[in-house]
Amino acid sequence: MNIFELLCDHTVLVVVFGSALLGMVSGLLGTFSVLRRQSLLGDGVSHAALPGVAAAFLLTGTKDSGTLLLGALLSGLTAAGLIFSSVKKSKVKFDAALATVMSSFFGLGTVLLTCAQKLPNATQAGLHSFIYGQASSMLERDALVTIICGGAILAVVLLLWKEIKVFVFDRDFALQLGIPCGRINLILSFLTVLGVIIGIQTVGVVLMSAMLIAPAAAARQWCDKLWLMAALSALFGGISGAAGAFAGALAPGIPTGPSIVIAASALAVFSLLFAPKRGVLYRIYLRHKAMKKEESYGCGN
Amino acid sequence: MDAGIEIQLIAALTAAGCAIPGSFLVLRRMSMTADSITHTILLGIVLAFFVTNDLSSPFLIIGAALTGPVTVWLTELIVKTRLLSEDSATGIVFPLLFSIAVILITRYAGSAHLDTDSVLLGELAFAPFDRMIIFGTDIGAKGVYLSGGLLLLNILLTVLFFKELKIVSFDPVIAAVMGFSPTLINYGLMTMASLTAVGAFEAVGSVLVTAFMTAPPAAAYLLTHDLKKLLIISCSIGGASGILGYNTAMLLDVSIAGCMAVWTGLFFMAAFVYSVVRKKRGAAAKC
Repeated sequence: MNIFELLCDHTVLVVVFGSALLGMVSGLLGTFSVLRRQSLLGDGVSHAALPGVAAAFLLTGTKDSGTLLLGALLSGLTAAGLIFSSVKKSKVKFDAALATVMSSFFGLGTVLLTCAQKLPNATQAGLHSFIYGQASSMLERDALVTIICGGAILAVVLLLWKEIKVFVFDRDFALQLGIPCGRINLILSFLTVLGVIIGIQTVGVVLMSAMLIAPAAAARQWCDKLWLMAALSALFGGISGAAGAFAGALAPGIPTGPSIVIAASALAVFSLLFAPKRGVLYRIYLRHKAMKKEESYGCGN
Repeated sequence: MDAGIEIQLIAALTAAGCAIPGSFLVLRRMSMTADSITHTILLGIVLAFFVTNDLSSPFLIIGAALTGPVTVWLTELIVKTRLLSEDSATGIVFPLLFSIAVILITRYAGSAHLDTDSVLLGELAFAPFDRMIIFGTDIGAKGVYLSGGLLLLNILLTVLFFKELKIVSFDPVIAAVMGFSPTLINYGLMTMASLTAVGAFEAVGSVLVTAFMTAPPAAAYLLTHDLKKLLIISCSIGGASGILGYNTAMLLDVSIAGCMAVWTGLFFMAAFVYSVVRKKRGAAAKC
Protein backbone atom coordinates (compact mmCIF):
# COMPACT_ATOMS: atom_id res chain seq x y z
CA MET A 1 0.00 0.00 0.00
CA ASN A 2 1.38 3.40 -0.85
CA ILE A 3 0.86 6.49 1.25
CA PHE A 4 -1.90 7.86 -0.94
CA GLU A 5 -3.99 4.72 -0.64
CA LEU A 6 -3.47 4.77 3.12
CA LEU A 7 -4.84 8.28 3.33
CA CYS A 8 -8.05 7.15 1.67
CA ASP A 9 -8.46 4.05 3.83
CA HIS A 10 -11.25 4.56 6.33
CA THR A 11 -9.89 2.25 9.06
CA VAL A 12 -6.46 3.82 8.88
CA LEU A 13 -7.97 7.29 9.04
CA VAL A 14 -9.93 6.39 12.17
CA VAL A 15 -6.80 5.02 13.83
CA VAL A 16 -4.68 8.04 12.89
CA PHE A 17 -7.37 10.48 13.94
CA GLY A 18 -7.99 8.66 17.21
CA SER A 19 -4.29 8.43 18.08
CA ALA A 20 -3.77 12.10 17.26
CA LEU A 21 -6.69 13.01 19.50
CA LEU A 22 -5.35 10.91 22.36
CA GLY A 23 -1.95 12.52 21.89
CA MET A 24 -3.54 15.95 22.13
CA VAL A 25 -5.46 15.13 25.30
CA SER A 26 -2.45 13.62 27.05
CA GLY A 27 -0.24 16.49 25.84
CA LEU A 28 -2.62 19.00 27.40
CA LEU A 29 -2.79 17.14 30.71
CA GLY A 30 0.93 16.43 30.69
CA THR A 31 1.60 20.17 30.84
CA PHE A 32 0.30 20.30 34.39
CA SER A 33 1.89 17.01 35.45
CA VAL A 34 5.32 18.14 34.27
CA LEU A 35 5.05 21.59 35.81
CA ARG A 36 3.90 20.10 39.13
CA ARG A 37 6.78 17.61 39.03
CA GLN A 38 4.36 14.72 39.28
CA SER A 39 4.97 13.40 35.81
CA LEU A 40 5.43 9.85 36.99
CA LEU A 41 1.96 9.77 38.51
CA GLY A 42 0.68 8.93 35.02
CA ASP A 43 3.00 5.94 34.93
CA GLY A 44 1.66 4.74 38.27
CA VAL A 45 -1.97 5.23 37.37
CA SER A 46 -1.65 3.49 34.02
CA HIS A 47 -0.06 0.40 35.60
CA ALA A 48 -2.66 0.47 38.35
CA ALA A 49 -5.46 0.43 35.78
CA LEU A 50 -4.72 -3.17 34.78
CA PRO A 51 -6.61 -4.91 37.64
CA GLY A 52 -9.60 -2.69 36.90
CA VAL A 53 -9.65 -3.78 33.27
CA ALA A 54 -9.33 -7.45 34.19
CA ALA A 55 -11.89 -7.22 37.01
CA ALA A 56 -14.41 -5.44 34.79
CA PHE A 57 -14.02 -8.21 32.25
CA LEU A 58 -14.36 -10.96 34.86
CA LEU A 59 -17.45 -9.39 36.38
CA THR A 60 -19.34 -8.46 33.23
CA GLY A 61 -17.91 -10.91 30.73
CA THR A 62 -17.95 -8.28 27.99
CA LYS A 63 -15.01 -6.73 26.22
CA ASP A 64 -16.90 -3.53 25.54
CA SER A 65 -14.30 -0.79 25.83
CA GLY A 66 -16.62 1.49 27.81
CA THR A 67 -17.05 -1.08 30.59
CA LEU A 68 -13.37 -1.97 30.69
CA LEU A 69 -12.35 1.67 30.82
CA LEU A 70 -14.77 2.29 33.66
CA GLY A 71 -13.09 -0.50 35.60
CA ALA A 72 -9.71 0.97 34.73
CA LEU A 73 -10.85 4.39 35.90
CA LEU A 74 -12.03 3.02 39.24
CA SER A 75 -8.83 1.11 39.98
CA GLY A 76 -6.68 4.02 38.74
CA LEU A 77 -8.50 6.39 41.09
CA THR A 78 -8.18 3.93 43.99
CA ALA A 79 -4.44 3.70 43.37
CA ALA A 80 -4.07 7.48 43.17
CA GLY A 81 -6.05 7.81 46.40
CA LEU A 82 -3.85 5.22 48.15
CA ILE A 83 -0.68 6.94 46.95
CA PHE A 84 -1.75 10.40 48.10
CA SER A 85 -3.14 9.24 51.44
CA SER A 86 -0.08 7.17 52.31
CA VAL A 87 2.18 10.15 51.53
CA LYS A 88 -0.03 12.45 53.59
CA LYS A 89 -0.49 10.21 56.60
CA SER A 90 2.93 8.61 56.97
CA LYS A 91 6.56 9.41 56.34
CA VAL A 92 6.70 7.41 53.12
CA LYS A 93 7.90 9.56 50.23
CA PHE A 94 5.92 10.10 47.05
CA ASP A 95 8.24 8.04 44.83
CA ALA A 96 8.22 5.01 47.15
CA ALA A 97 4.45 5.10 47.59
CA LEU A 98 3.98 5.46 43.84
CA ALA A 99 6.29 2.58 42.92
CA THR A 100 4.87 0.31 45.61
CA VAL A 101 1.20 0.90 44.88
CA MET A 102 1.64 0.77 41.13
CA SER A 103 3.64 -2.44 41.03
CA SER A 104 1.42 -4.30 43.48
CA PHE A 105 -1.66 -3.20 41.54
CA PHE A 106 0.00 -4.43 38.37
CA GLY A 107 0.67 -7.73 40.16
CA LEU A 108 -3.01 -7.96 41.06
CA GLY A 109 -3.76 -7.23 37.40
CA THR A 110 -1.66 -10.18 36.21
CA VAL A 111 -3.34 -12.39 38.80
CA LEU A 112 -6.78 -11.41 37.48
CA LEU A 113 -5.61 -11.82 33.88
CA THR A 114 -4.58 -15.40 34.62
CA CYS A 115 -8.06 -15.90 36.12
CA ALA A 116 -9.57 -14.57 32.91
CA GLN A 117 -7.43 -16.90 30.84
CA LYS A 118 -9.00 -19.90 32.53
CA LEU A 119 -12.47 -18.99 31.32
CA PRO A 120 -13.74 -21.58 28.85
CA ASN A 121 -14.69 -19.21 26.03
CA ALA A 122 -11.94 -17.42 24.13
CA THR A 123 -13.33 -13.94 24.63
CA GLN A 124 -10.46 -12.85 26.83
CA ALA A 125 -8.05 -12.88 23.87
CA GLY A 126 -7.87 -9.12 23.48
CA LEU A 127 -7.21 -8.25 27.11
CA HIS A 128 -3.48 -8.48 26.72
CA SER A 129 -3.56 -5.60 24.29
CA PHE A 130 -4.08 -3.32 27.29
CA ILE A 131 -0.53 -4.00 28.38
CA TYR A 132 1.08 -2.87 25.14
CA GLY A 133 -1.84 -1.06 23.56
CA GLN A 134 -3.25 -1.69 20.18
CA ALA A 135 -4.11 1.42 18.28
CA SER A 136 -4.52 -0.44 15.01
CA SER A 137 -7.65 -2.14 16.34
CA MET A 138 -9.29 1.16 17.22
CA LEU A 139 -12.88 1.46 16.06
CA GLU A 140 -15.06 4.49 15.47
CA ARG A 141 -16.72 3.88 18.85
CA ASP A 142 -13.38 4.04 20.63
CA ALA A 143 -12.60 7.29 18.84
CA LEU A 144 -15.99 8.60 19.94
CA VAL A 145 -15.22 7.78 23.60
CA THR A 146 -11.97 9.69 23.18
CA ILE A 147 -13.74 12.69 21.67
CA ILE A 148 -16.27 12.84 24.51
CA CYS A 149 -13.70 12.40 27.30
CA GLY A 150 -11.23 14.73 25.60
CA GLY A 151 -13.94 17.38 25.18
CA ALA A 152 -14.92 17.07 28.83
CA ILE A 153 -11.28 17.36 29.95
CA LEU A 154 -10.74 20.42 27.77
CA ALA A 155 -13.93 22.05 29.07
CA VAL A 156 -12.94 21.54 32.72
CA VAL A 157 -9.41 22.84 32.09
CA LEU A 158 -10.71 25.96 30.32
CA LEU A 159 -13.32 26.58 33.00
CA LEU A 160 -10.80 26.36 35.86
CA TRP A 161 -7.89 27.83 33.86
CA LYS A 162 -7.15 30.73 36.21
CA GLU A 163 -7.33 28.60 39.35
CA ILE A 164 -5.22 25.82 37.85
CA LYS A 165 -2.62 28.33 36.69
CA VAL A 166 -2.17 29.89 40.12
CA PHE A 167 -2.23 26.49 41.79
CA VAL A 168 0.42 25.01 39.48
CA PHE A 169 2.91 27.85 39.89
CA ASP A 170 2.38 29.13 43.41
CA ARG A 171 0.41 27.04 45.80
CA ASP A 172 0.84 29.37 48.79
CA PHE A 173 -0.37 32.34 46.81
CA ALA A 174 -3.35 30.31 45.62
CA LEU A 175 -4.20 29.46 49.22
CA GLN A 176 -4.05 33.14 50.14
CA LEU A 177 -6.41 33.99 47.30
CA GLY A 178 -8.86 31.54 48.77
CA ILE A 179 -8.64 29.04 45.93
CA PRO A 180 -9.57 25.58 47.23
CA CYS A 181 -6.22 23.96 46.48
CA GLY A 182 -7.27 20.55 47.78
CA ARG A 183 -10.15 20.47 45.37
CA ILE A 184 -8.10 21.75 42.41
CA ASN A 185 -5.49 19.09 43.14
CA LEU A 186 -8.23 16.46 43.23
CA ILE A 187 -9.73 17.66 39.95
CA LEU A 188 -6.35 17.77 38.20
CA SER A 189 -5.48 14.29 39.44
CA PHE A 190 -8.88 13.03 38.33
CA LEU A 191 -8.40 14.54 34.87
CA THR A 192 -4.95 12.98 34.60
CA VAL A 193 -6.31 9.57 35.56
CA LEU A 194 -9.11 9.97 33.00
CA GLY A 195 -6.65 11.01 30.29
CA VAL A 196 -4.36 8.10 31.09
CA ILE A 197 -7.22 5.63 31.03
CA ILE A 198 -8.47 6.63 27.59
CA GLY A 199 -4.89 6.60 26.33
CA ILE A 200 -4.19 3.07 27.57
CA GLN A 201 -5.98 1.39 24.67
CA THR A 202 -3.61 3.03 22.22
CA VAL A 203 -0.16 2.91 23.77
CA GLY A 204 -0.70 0.45 26.61
CA VAL A 205 -0.09 0.74 30.34
CA VAL A 206 3.68 0.54 30.18
CA LEU A 207 4.25 3.40 27.78
CA MET A 208 1.41 5.72 28.72
CA SER A 209 3.60 7.89 30.95
CA ALA A 210 5.69 8.96 27.96
CA MET A 211 2.59 10.33 26.27
CA LEU A 212 2.04 12.65 29.22
CA ILE A 213 5.61 13.71 29.72
CA ALA A 214 7.37 13.88 26.35
CA PRO A 215 5.08 16.39 24.55
CA ALA A 216 4.94 18.66 27.60
CA ALA A 217 8.70 18.46 28.13
CA ALA A 218 9.20 19.39 24.48
CA ALA A 219 6.72 22.27 24.65
CA ARG A 220 8.33 23.67 27.80
CA GLN A 221 11.55 24.37 25.86
CA TRP A 222 9.91 26.66 23.32
CA CYS A 223 7.94 29.11 25.44
CA ASP A 224 7.42 30.67 28.85
CA LYS A 225 3.65 31.09 28.78
CA LEU A 226 1.32 28.48 30.25
CA TRP A 227 -1.36 28.70 27.56
CA LEU A 228 1.25 28.53 24.81
CA MET A 229 2.92 25.56 26.48
CA ALA A 230 -0.40 23.74 26.84
CA ALA A 231 -1.31 24.41 23.20
CA LEU A 232 2.13 23.41 21.90
CA SER A 233 2.13 20.31 24.07
CA ALA A 234 -1.26 19.27 22.70
CA LEU A 235 0.03 19.93 19.18
CA PHE A 236 3.19 17.86 19.76
CA GLY A 237 1.12 15.07 21.29
CA GLY A 238 -1.21 15.13 18.30
CA ILE A 239 1.63 15.08 15.80
CA SER A 240 3.36 12.16 17.50
CA GLY A 241 0.09 10.26 17.80
CA ALA A 242 -0.63 10.65 14.09
CA ALA A 243 2.98 9.95 13.06
CA GLY A 244 3.19 6.80 15.18
CA ALA A 245 -0.15 5.50 13.92
CA PHE A 246 1.00 6.14 10.34
CA ALA A 247 4.23 4.28 10.88
CA GLY A 248 2.23 1.37 12.26
CA ALA A 249 -0.05 1.38 9.22
CA LEU A 250 2.82 1.70 6.71
CA ALA A 251 4.88 -1.16 8.06
CA PRO A 252 2.55 -3.81 9.52
CA GLY A 253 5.22 -5.36 11.73
CA ILE A 254 5.76 -2.21 13.74
CA PRO A 255 3.67 -1.90 16.92
CA THR A 256 1.83 1.41 17.06
CA GLY A 257 2.23 2.26 20.76
CA PRO A 258 6.03 2.17 20.82
CA SER A 259 6.27 4.12 17.54
CA ILE A 260 4.05 6.87 18.98
CA VAL A 261 6.30 7.00 22.03
CA ILE A 262 9.42 7.15 19.88
CA ALA A 263 7.94 10.01 17.83
CA ALA A 264 7.07 11.94 20.99
CA SER A 265 10.49 11.31 22.57
CA ALA A 266 12.25 12.36 19.36
CA LEU A 267 10.35 15.65 19.50
CA ALA A 268 11.38 16.08 23.13
CA VAL A 269 15.06 15.37 22.44
CA PHE A 270 15.02 17.70 19.43
CA SER A 271 13.50 20.46 21.56
CA LEU A 272 16.02 19.96 24.36
CA LEU A 273 18.85 20.34 21.87
CA PHE A 274 17.64 22.98 19.45
CA ALA A 275 15.03 25.14 21.16
CA PRO A 276 15.93 28.84 20.95
CA LYS A 277 16.86 30.58 24.25
CA ARG A 278 16.77 27.38 26.36
CA GLY A 279 18.19 24.61 24.20
CA VAL A 280 21.55 22.98 24.80
CA LEU A 281 23.06 24.20 21.52
CA TYR A 282 21.96 27.78 22.14
CA ARG A 283 23.65 27.71 25.53
CA ILE A 284 26.84 26.34 24.05
CA TYR A 285 26.72 29.20 21.53
CA LEU A 286 26.21 31.73 24.33
CA ARG A 287 29.13 30.35 26.30
CA HIS A 288 31.28 30.44 23.19
CA LYS A 289 30.34 34.09 22.58
CA ALA A 290 31.05 35.01 26.19
CA MET A 291 34.48 33.38 26.01
CA LYS A 292 35.31 35.23 22.83
CA LYS A 293 34.30 38.50 24.44
CA GLU A 294 36.54 37.74 27.40
CA GLU A 295 39.41 36.92 25.09
CA SER A 296 39.04 40.19 23.25
CA TYR A 297 39.07 42.05 26.59
CA GLY A 298 42.18 40.09 27.47
CA CYS A 299 43.93 41.34 24.31
CA GLY A 300 42.93 44.93 25.08
CA ASN A 301 44.75 44.88 28.38
CA MET B 1 14.00 -31.53 45.47
CA ASP B 2 10.29 -31.05 45.01
CA ALA B 3 9.42 -28.55 42.26
CA GLY B 4 7.11 -26.60 44.57
CA ILE B 5 9.82 -26.15 47.19
CA GLU B 6 12.30 -25.13 44.51
CA ILE B 7 9.93 -22.46 43.21
CA GLN B 8 9.36 -21.14 46.73
CA LEU B 9 13.08 -21.07 47.32
CA ILE B 10 13.68 -19.15 44.08
CA ALA B 11 10.82 -16.78 44.87
CA ALA B 12 12.02 -16.05 48.39
CA LEU B 13 15.69 -15.68 47.41
CA THR B 14 14.85 -13.42 44.47
CA ALA B 15 12.59 -11.19 46.52
CA ALA B 16 15.11 -10.94 49.36
CA GLY B 17 17.89 -10.14 46.88
CA CYS B 18 15.84 -7.37 45.30
CA ALA B 19 15.06 -5.82 48.68
CA ILE B 20 18.71 -4.95 49.36
CA PRO B 21 19.48 -2.56 46.49
CA GLY B 22 15.82 -1.53 46.74
CA SER B 23 16.31 -0.33 50.33
CA PHE B 24 18.99 2.10 49.26
CA LEU B 25 16.93 3.29 46.29
CA VAL B 26 13.93 3.96 48.52
CA LEU B 27 16.08 5.78 51.08
CA ARG B 28 17.54 7.96 48.34
CA ARG B 29 14.09 8.73 46.92
CA MET B 30 14.97 6.94 43.73
CA SER B 31 12.22 4.30 43.76
CA MET B 32 11.12 5.26 40.29
CA THR B 33 14.67 4.63 39.11
CA ALA B 34 14.05 0.99 40.00
CA ASP B 35 10.99 1.09 37.75
CA SER B 36 13.00 2.75 35.02
CA ILE B 37 15.90 0.26 35.20
CA THR B 38 13.64 -2.76 35.21
CA HIS B 39 12.11 -1.56 31.95
CA THR B 40 15.31 -0.60 30.17
CA ILE B 41 17.12 -3.87 30.86
CA LEU B 42 14.87 -5.21 28.12
CA LEU B 43 16.85 -3.14 25.60
CA GLY B 44 20.11 -4.45 27.04
CA ILE B 45 18.87 -8.01 26.75
CA VAL B 46 17.71 -7.50 23.17
CA LEU B 47 20.93 -5.81 22.03
CA ALA B 48 23.09 -8.43 23.74
CA PHE B 49 20.92 -11.11 22.18
CA PHE B 50 21.61 -9.72 18.70
CA VAL B 51 25.32 -9.94 19.38
CA THR B 52 25.43 -13.38 20.99
CA ASN B 53 22.35 -15.01 19.44
CA ASP B 54 22.08 -17.13 22.53
CA LEU B 55 19.56 -16.52 25.31
CA SER B 56 21.54 -18.38 27.98
CA SER B 57 24.83 -16.64 27.29
CA PRO B 58 26.45 -14.87 30.26
CA PHE B 59 27.11 -11.89 27.98
CA LEU B 60 23.38 -11.38 27.90
CA ILE B 61 23.37 -10.78 31.63
CA ILE B 62 26.39 -8.49 31.41
CA GLY B 63 24.84 -6.50 28.57
CA ALA B 64 21.59 -6.19 30.43
CA ALA B 65 23.33 -5.25 33.68
CA LEU B 66 25.13 -2.41 31.89
CA THR B 67 21.85 -0.85 30.79
CA GLY B 68 21.04 0.14 34.38
CA PRO B 69 23.94 2.57 34.77
CA VAL B 70 23.44 3.74 31.17
CA THR B 71 19.80 4.59 31.91
CA VAL B 72 20.78 6.51 35.02
CA TRP B 73 23.56 8.27 33.12
CA LEU B 74 21.18 9.35 30.33
CA THR B 75 18.64 10.59 32.88
CA GLU B 76 21.28 12.56 34.73
CA LEU B 77 22.53 13.98 31.44
CA ILE B 78 19.10 15.52 30.87
CA VAL B 79 18.75 16.66 34.48
CA LYS B 80 22.15 18.35 34.32
CA THR B 81 21.00 20.63 31.49
CA ARG B 82 18.48 21.90 34.04
CA LEU B 83 15.86 22.02 31.33
CA LEU B 84 13.74 19.30 32.93
CA SER B 85 13.14 18.05 36.44
CA GLU B 86 14.32 14.59 37.43
CA ASP B 87 10.92 12.92 37.25
CA SER B 88 10.30 14.19 33.72
CA ALA B 89 13.75 13.09 32.61
CA THR B 90 13.12 9.60 34.01
CA GLY B 91 9.74 9.54 32.32
CA ILE B 92 11.27 10.33 28.95
CA VAL B 93 14.31 8.06 29.03
CA PHE B 94 12.82 4.74 30.04
CA PRO B 95 9.74 4.66 27.78
CA LEU B 96 11.98 5.61 24.85
CA LEU B 97 14.49 2.81 25.49
CA PHE B 98 11.68 0.35 26.21
CA SER B 99 9.87 1.28 22.98
CA ILE B 100 13.04 0.76 20.96
CA ALA B 101 13.41 -2.65 22.57
CA VAL B 102 9.79 -3.65 21.83
CA ILE B 103 10.12 -2.58 18.19
CA LEU B 104 13.41 -4.45 17.80
CA ILE B 105 11.86 -7.58 19.25
CA THR B 106 8.76 -7.52 17.08
CA ARG B 107 10.76 -6.72 13.95
CA TYR B 108 13.79 -8.92 14.23
CA ALA B 109 13.56 -11.42 17.04
CA GLY B 110 10.01 -12.65 16.48
CA SER B 111 11.10 -16.18 15.74
CA ALA B 112 13.54 -16.46 18.60
CA HIS B 113 12.49 -17.45 22.07
CA LEU B 114 12.36 -13.87 23.24
CA ASP B 115 9.09 -12.07 23.59
CA THR B 116 7.99 -9.04 25.53
CA ASP B 117 5.51 -11.03 27.58
CA SER B 118 8.12 -13.22 29.19
CA VAL B 119 10.22 -10.18 30.03
CA LEU B 120 7.39 -8.08 31.36
CA LEU B 121 5.51 -10.78 33.24
CA GLY B 122 7.97 -13.65 33.73
CA GLU B 123 7.02 -17.22 34.47
CA LEU B 124 8.14 -18.75 37.72
CA ALA B 125 6.30 -22.02 37.20
CA PHE B 126 8.78 -23.06 34.49
CA ALA B 127 11.87 -22.33 36.58
CA PRO B 128 12.35 -25.90 37.93
CA PHE B 129 12.62 -27.25 34.36
CA ASP B 130 15.90 -25.43 33.87
CA ARG B 131 18.34 -27.70 35.69
CA MET B 132 21.86 -27.04 36.87
CA ILE B 133 24.00 -29.96 35.80
CA ILE B 134 27.60 -30.31 36.90
CA PHE B 135 29.67 -33.35 35.80
CA GLY B 136 26.50 -35.05 34.66
CA THR B 137 24.75 -34.81 38.03
CA ASP B 138 21.61 -32.83 38.54
CA ILE B 139 22.17 -30.57 41.56
CA GLY B 140 18.93 -28.60 41.48
CA ALA B 141 17.24 -25.87 39.49
CA LYS B 142 19.43 -23.22 37.93
CA GLY B 143 17.18 -20.49 39.30
CA VAL B 144 18.00 -21.46 42.88
CA TYR B 145 21.71 -20.93 42.27
CA LEU B 146 21.17 -17.75 40.28
CA SER B 147 18.88 -16.09 42.84
CA GLY B 148 20.92 -17.40 45.77
CA GLY B 149 24.14 -16.16 44.19
CA LEU B 150 22.67 -12.73 43.60
CA LEU B 151 21.42 -12.53 47.18
CA LEU B 152 24.85 -13.50 48.50
CA LEU B 153 26.55 -10.99 46.23
CA ASN B 154 24.17 -8.26 47.41
CA ILE B 155 24.77 -9.14 51.06
CA LEU B 156 28.54 -9.29 50.53
CA LEU B 157 28.70 -5.90 48.80
CA THR B 158 26.42 -4.31 51.39
CA VAL B 159 28.55 -5.61 54.26
CA LEU B 160 31.78 -4.51 52.54
CA PHE B 161 30.56 -1.03 51.62
CA PHE B 162 28.04 -0.53 54.41
CA LYS B 163 29.67 2.66 55.71
CA GLU B 164 29.95 4.19 52.25
CA LEU B 165 26.40 3.29 51.23
CA LYS B 166 25.03 4.60 54.50
CA ILE B 167 26.72 7.97 54.38
CA VAL B 168 26.04 8.50 50.68
CA SER B 169 22.38 7.61 51.16
CA PHE B 170 21.78 9.94 54.06
CA ASP B 171 24.11 12.83 53.37
CA PRO B 172 25.82 12.93 49.97
CA VAL B 173 27.40 16.32 50.68
CA ILE B 174 29.15 15.12 53.86
CA ALA B 175 30.15 11.97 51.96
CA ALA B 176 31.78 14.04 49.23
CA VAL B 177 33.56 16.23 51.80
CA MET B 178 34.90 13.12 53.55
CA GLY B 179 36.29 11.81 50.31
CA PHE B 180 33.75 9.12 49.39
CA SER B 181 32.71 9.65 45.82
CA PRO B 182 28.88 9.76 45.74
CA THR B 183 29.02 9.32 41.95
CA LEU B 184 31.05 6.12 42.16
CA ILE B 185 28.86 4.63 44.89
CA ASN B 186 25.80 5.75 42.96
CA TYR B 187 26.80 3.98 39.78
CA GLY B 188 27.94 0.93 41.73
CA LEU B 189 24.52 0.74 43.34
CA MET B 190 22.81 1.14 39.96
CA THR B 191 24.91 -1.68 38.51
CA MET B 192 23.94 -3.89 41.43
CA ALA B 193 20.28 -2.98 41.11
CA SER B 194 20.28 -3.72 37.42
CA LEU B 195 22.22 -6.99 37.83
CA THR B 196 19.70 -8.08 40.46
CA ALA B 197 16.83 -7.04 38.21
CA VAL B 198 18.25 -9.07 35.31
CA GLY B 199 18.59 -12.09 37.55
CA ALA B 200 15.04 -11.66 38.78
CA PHE B 201 13.22 -10.71 35.60
CA GLU B 202 13.31 -14.23 34.20
CA ALA B 203 11.46 -15.47 37.24
CA VAL B 204 9.06 -12.67 38.01
CA GLY B 205 9.08 -10.23 35.08
CA SER B 206 10.32 -6.67 35.05
CA VAL B 207 7.30 -4.80 36.41
CA LEU B 208 7.09 -7.05 39.43
CA VAL B 209 10.80 -6.65 40.13
CA THR B 210 9.83 -3.06 40.90
CA ALA B 211 7.41 -4.39 43.52
CA PHE B 212 10.15 -6.43 45.21
CA MET B 213 12.61 -3.56 45.08
CA THR B 214 10.34 -0.87 46.50
CA ALA B 215 7.46 -2.35 48.50
CA PRO B 216 9.37 -4.27 51.22
CA PRO B 217 11.79 -1.38 51.89
CA ALA B 218 8.91 1.12 51.89
CA ALA B 219 7.11 -1.02 54.47
CA ALA B 220 10.28 -1.44 56.53
CA TYR B 221 10.89 2.31 56.34
CA LEU B 222 7.64 2.81 58.23
CA LEU B 223 8.64 0.35 60.95
CA THR B 224 12.19 1.30 61.87
CA HIS B 225 14.73 4.11 61.95
CA ASP B 226 17.78 1.88 61.85
CA LEU B 227 19.42 1.07 58.49
CA LYS B 228 20.52 -2.43 59.51
CA LYS B 229 17.06 -3.27 60.81
CA LEU B 230 15.55 -1.77 57.67
CA LEU B 231 17.63 -4.09 55.49
CA ILE B 232 16.78 -7.15 57.57
CA ILE B 233 13.05 -6.35 57.74
CA SER B 234 12.90 -5.70 53.97
CA CYS B 235 14.60 -8.99 53.18
CA SER B 236 12.26 -10.83 55.52
CA ILE B 237 9.17 -9.19 54.02
CA GLY B 238 10.48 -10.03 50.55
CA GLY B 239 11.13 -13.66 51.46
CA ALA B 240 7.78 -14.01 53.21
CA SER B 241 5.97 -12.52 50.20
CA GLY B 242 7.72 -15.02 47.96
CA ILE B 243 6.54 -18.02 49.98
CA LEU B 244 3.05 -16.66 50.73
CA GLY B 245 2.66 -15.62 47.09
CA TYR B 246 3.52 -19.08 45.82
CA ASN B 247 1.05 -20.78 48.14
CA THR B 248 -1.74 -18.32 47.37
CA ALA B 249 -1.11 -18.77 43.67
CA MET B 250 -1.26 -22.55 44.00
CA LEU B 251 -4.47 -22.29 46.01
CA LEU B 252 -6.21 -20.08 43.46
CA ASP B 253 -4.36 -21.40 40.38
CA VAL B 254 -3.22 -17.97 39.19
CA SER B 255 0.04 -16.15 38.34
CA ILE B 256 2.73 -16.77 40.98
CA ALA B 257 4.66 -13.56 40.37
CA GLY B 258 1.44 -11.55 40.48
CA CYS B 259 0.48 -13.02 43.85
CA MET B 260 3.95 -12.30 45.22
CA ALA B 261 3.62 -8.66 44.19
CA VAL B 262 0.17 -8.44 45.76
CA TRP B 263 1.62 -9.79 49.03
CA THR B 264 4.38 -7.17 49.06
CA GLY B 265 1.65 -4.56 48.58
CA LEU B 266 -0.37 -6.04 51.45
CA PHE B 267 2.71 -5.94 53.72
CA PHE B 268 3.14 -2.28 52.81
CA MET B 269 -0.51 -1.53 53.59
CA ALA B 270 -0.21 -3.35 56.92
CA ALA B 271 2.90 -1.35 57.81
CA PHE B 272 1.12 1.83 56.77
CA VAL B 273 -1.94 1.13 58.91
CA TYR B 274 0.32 0.18 61.82
CA SER B 275 2.28 3.41 61.56
CA VAL B 276 -0.89 5.52 61.37
CA VAL B 277 -2.38 3.77 64.43
CA ARG B 278 0.90 4.14 66.34
CA LYS B 279 1.04 7.81 65.50
CA LYS B 280 -2.53 8.34 66.70
CA ARG B 281 -1.82 6.46 69.92
CA GLY B 282 1.32 8.50 70.44
CA ALA B 283 -0.65 11.70 69.96
CA ALA B 284 -3.34 10.47 72.36
CA ALA B 285 -0.76 9.49 74.97
CA LYS B 286 0.75 12.97 74.87
CA CYS B 287 -2.63 14.57 75.63
